Amino acid sequence: MSDARPDPDELLARARAAEQRAARGTLKVFFGASAGVGKTYAMLKAAQRLREQHVDVVVGVVETHGRRETAELLEGLELLPQRVVAIQGRELTEFDLDAALKRRPAVLLVDELAHSNATGSRHPKRWQDIDELLAAGIGVITTVNVQHLESLNDVVGGITGIRVSETVPDHVFDEADEVVLVDLPTDDLLRRLKDGKVYLPEQAERAVQNFFRKGNLMALRELALRRTADRIDDDVRHYRREHMGIESQRLWQPSDALLVCIGPGAGADKLVRAASRRANRSTAPWHAVYVETPALQRLPEAQRSAVLQTLKLAESLGAETATLNGADAARTAVDYAREHSLGTVVCGRSPPRAPWRRWLRRHFAEQVAAVAADVELMVVATQANERSGARRAPRADGHPDARDPQARHESAHWSGYGWALASSAAVALLATPLQPFFDLANIVMLFLLAVVGVAVRFGRRPALAAAVINVVVFDFFFVSPRFSFAVTDAQYLLTFAVMMAVGLIVGQLTASLRYQARVAGDREDRARRLYEIARELGKALTKEQVAEIGDRSIEAAFRAKAIVLLADEHDRLVPASAGVGGSPTLDLGLAQWAFDHAASAGSGTDTLPSSRQLYVPLAAPMRTRGVIAVEPANPRLLMIPEQRQLLDTYAALVAIAIERVHFVTVAQETLVSMESERLRNSLLAAVSHDLRTPLTALVGTAETLMNTLAREGSAHAPDARLITAQAHRTAQLVNNLLDMARLQAGAVTLRRDWQSLEELAGSALRSVESALGAHVVHIALPDDLPLLYADGVLIERVLANLFENAAKYTPAGSTITLSARREGAQVVIEVSDDGPGLPPGDVETLFRKFSRGDKESSTPGVGLGLAICRAIVQAHGGQISAFNRAAPEHGAVLRWTLPHREMPAIDAAEVDAGPAQ
Amino acid sequence: MPALHNESMDTPARILIVEDDTAIRRFVRQALEAEGHQVFEADSVKRGLIESGTRKPDLLILDLGLPDGDGVELIHDLRGWSTLPVIVLSARAGEPDKIEALDAGADDYLEKPFSVGELLARVRAGLRRRDSSGAQAASRVVFGDCEIDLVKRQVRRRGEHVHLTPVEYKLAAALISRESQVLTHRQLLRDVWGPGSVEHSHYLRIYLGHLRRKLEADPARPAHFLTETGVGYRFVAHPVTTSAPTTPPTTAR
Repeated sequence: MSDARPDPDELLARARAAEQRAARGTLKVFFGASAGVGKTYAMLKAAQRLREQHVDVVVGVVETHGRRETAELLEGLELLPQRVVAIQGRELTEFDLDAALKRRPAVLLVDELAHSNATGSRHPKRWQDIDELLAAGIGVITTVNVQHLESLNDVVGGITGIRVSETVPDHVFDEADEVVLVDLPTDDLLRRLKDGKVYLPEQAERAVQNFFRKGNLMALRELALRRTADRIDDDVRHYRREHMGIESQRLWQPSDALLVCIGPGAGADKLVRAASRRANRSTAPWHAVYVETPALQRLPEAQRSAVLQTLKLAESLGAETATLNGADAARTAVDYAREHSLGTVVCGRSPPRAPWRRWLRRHFAEQVAAVAADVELMVVATQANERSGARRAPRADGHPDARDPQARHESAHWSGYGWALASSAAVALLATPLQPFFDLANIVMLFLLAVVGVAVRFGRRPALAAAVINVVVFDFFFVSPRFSFAVTDAQYLLTFAVMMAVGLIVGQLTASLRYQARVAGDREDRARRLYEIARELGKALTKEQVAEIGDRSIEAAFRAKAIVLLADEHDRLVPASAGVGGSPTLDLGLAQWAFDHAASAGSGTDTLPSSRQLYVPLAAPMRTRGVIAVEPANPRLLMIPEQRQLLDTYAALVAIAIERVHFVTVAQETLVSMESERLRNSLLAAVSHDLRTPLTALVGTAETLMNTLAREGSAHAPDARLITAQAHRTAQLVNNLLDMARLQAGAVTLRRDWQSLEELAGSALRSVESALGAHVVHIALPDDLPLLYADGVLIERVLANLFENAAKYTPAGSTITLSARREGAQVVIEVSDDGPGLPPGDVETLFRKFSRGDKESSTPGVGLGLAICRAIVQAHGGQISAFNRAAPEHGAVLRWTLPHREMPAIDAAEVDAGPAQ
Repeated sequence: MPALHNESMDTPARILIVEDDTAIRRFVRQALEAEGHQVFEADSVKRGLIESGTRKPDLLILDLGLPDGDGVELIHDLRGWSTLPVIVLSARAGEPDKIEALDAGADDYLEKPFSVGELLARVRAGLRRRDSSGAQAASRVVFGDCEIDLVKRQVRRRGEHVHLTPVEYKLAAALISRESQVLTHRQLLRDVWGPGSVEHSHYLRIYLGHLRRKLEADPARPAHFLTETGVGYRFVAHPVTTSAPTTPPTTAR
């Protein structure tokens, strides 16, 4: 509203999204209200049309359910073979993802988007398979029913009373490139049902019959139509934004941005879905947070992992999620909302409380309202729905030790109650002999002391038990009449009540103190471990050391076998160390998947969750450096949010350490190569100086002598001329040898600049003028030839050598032609002649050092010319080749290429009105 | 050769050679003395400075690698008080050294090993430049079939008026006014386009191409606007044919 300018971040995101879309395959979804509306039929029709247009379309998996019309449509389409999976003796066929990726059709049909894969498949869900196909650039056509959409799941459940467990995250549907609604009037559908044209699984027939009541079907149809309309609305807005440039301002108000506060109670899923629906309507961003207060940290593990699952659900629905820590949940949440400019806080309505409890502790929504008056508040009814928790609970895992901690917990409890009883008995025994000397009021103190002791040692419940037992024991043994529960003096009732209350409160306080101490201890332990690994990693000098420290620390911290796998130069993973104490049996394929996708895989994730190991990518700032494979003794340990977080932190630390080591190595190598280059250069310069100085004297003196003798008309003048010529030749040879040595040493630093080929050819011709003799040189360069970005001196050298070479091996009077043209990203340059051509045999040998085209000839030279040319061209990133001209013509062609580079624009201010030519 | 010889005999000059290698010094001295010049020698930067101060030479031939320092230092010192032409002898193949020397104020360079004929040609050009700079600068330069009037800013070729754009004219004038002197890319860019454009070497390539198309008989094989590859450009009004008798009839390899 305030700024009408497009947000640069948003523009960038849009550009990126467009880029990604271009590389990704397109997804087309046939969407229906229920089974039987004809989605599969419509999909196959579309496939047949594509086939007629010669599109490479392949059927990945299609359920015909034995219907003839549908099966007929399969005719002529290529079917991908299915994968056969044996599960508990039964053979199931499944869609073969790897075969599809290998076949790489343009378009693949994959029926039933919501399908769950058999255990042991790469992904638990088919939509994940499809996601991978799209990422690989394969177009996919699929089908889905409205009740399978995650956000509508409980709406449909509410309408029909039947809840499907196979759901698809809404983002898959929303990000589809095209959605086709397959609609059938309810009556027609019912007729088809009656005619038996709708496939129904036999075992569930009755429940399904219930589902197909007219009222249900109408409601489903309405839902499907509305959902499609929402999508089209989005598309329209998108189109208007991209093509018509309107609505470039934000489409949503700050108050549309939502923050969902997830609590531990049931119904959190419903809360998240409601928020998702609302956020999607306005396309505003939404966040889901869980604020963990000290009290919530005490929750049993199952409930905490349910919270984690809810967060995951929110993420899959498109929310950004976070777990926050803070003592005051409302304040923490509001702070987060302000920080992220989220104008509305959404929270659930808990079941009504007794008035006195409301007076004791206000509801979360009220707390939020009290903290921030400016934030809009949305309270969603979250009637606990019976199955939501159970449905999302982690799969039952077959590990016998999985239940261990729970069992230990139980036994600790029982011994606690035992101790509570024992402490009461001990106090009673101790106090009995003291009774004549002390007031009963003081003996009560002893009992209270015992409660505190039990609370400190065993926690809340044993303390509660101790308080109750103490009251009973005190009454029985000390209050007259003794050894009876009867009470003569009514004031002791007050004593009991106070004793009970004090015991409970003290026990409660002590226990929570003790719990917080334990939590703090755990935190400190984690911090200490992190500090230790960070310190050790700081000292590591090689990748192997880093990997070994990683292995060791993770083994110690998680009681797990761990091994670091590092990527080699071809991005293949290899174990970095020998593995300390029995490495886990690795699934290298899965590890590679985790590496390639930079996502965790294996146990407890979405990818092959049945694996025993967890593969966490080592994501460093620059790139993913490897994968760490962890096989915990107790897989449940890694499902605890803090532990997963800790493991991720470890992985990040190891990754950063590996990257650091990598760059240290790179820096060292650079230093070494710079040093050796400096050495080579100074050595070459010294040799060059020492050779050229005497040669200069030799050439100069010989010339002077020659001139003097010629002037005097001496008979020795021809001898002096010969000496001069030989001296020049020697000088030339030394130049060549030194150049070759420099190029060979790999020590040439190209002094690249913008060069005109015509100019270089001109000065090359000038330098070899005498060698050209009677040869005709024809320079045929197009006017629009771009400037070359190259080392001018070296390119001139190549041209000079090629001209000279051509002159040397062709008879006098031959024509040498220089031509060039731009070919895409290259400039192709040719020096050709009309001489006898190259000698038969391997052309490649021409470019070798000290090789000459014609060994027996008296033509001078040592055969360095072409070798130097090749070294120079290759140093520029080009190629050089030699061949003879095609049949009717004769002569040799030396063709070389240089990479083309776009010339910087010429600043108009520095250029005059344009060259008048 | 004899004709050229006579021409230079008319202007005997005092020439200082700063070079540490005696053999090179000897033949350079012989060649120059044969031309009728008076030659002085020095073998170090220090001696070179003293000699150039006391002997008042008309031209300096300077080796870059001297035992007590770099020849470039000598040029820097010399340019503080003298404008005498300096020809640099460079044993190094590296263009950066030549550019450094030229930017410091050297006028020309020769790469070792060099031919005597080439050396003498450069010396003659250097002396001519020195003479003309003292007198009134020529207002009219004739080269090839072209004629350029530096006062009227007019260019004619075979009597016909040739239109040069302002930048082309500026570039041509910069080169022509320092005839036979090597100007580095940097110097030319600074003079023609200003100090902000010294990195834009592609301007030079393009505009020199234009100039050659307009003023050279064969733009691909220029006779006047010569390229010193990797270093800069040089304008020569009267090109010395390299097939002069001094250069050996060589097959070069």
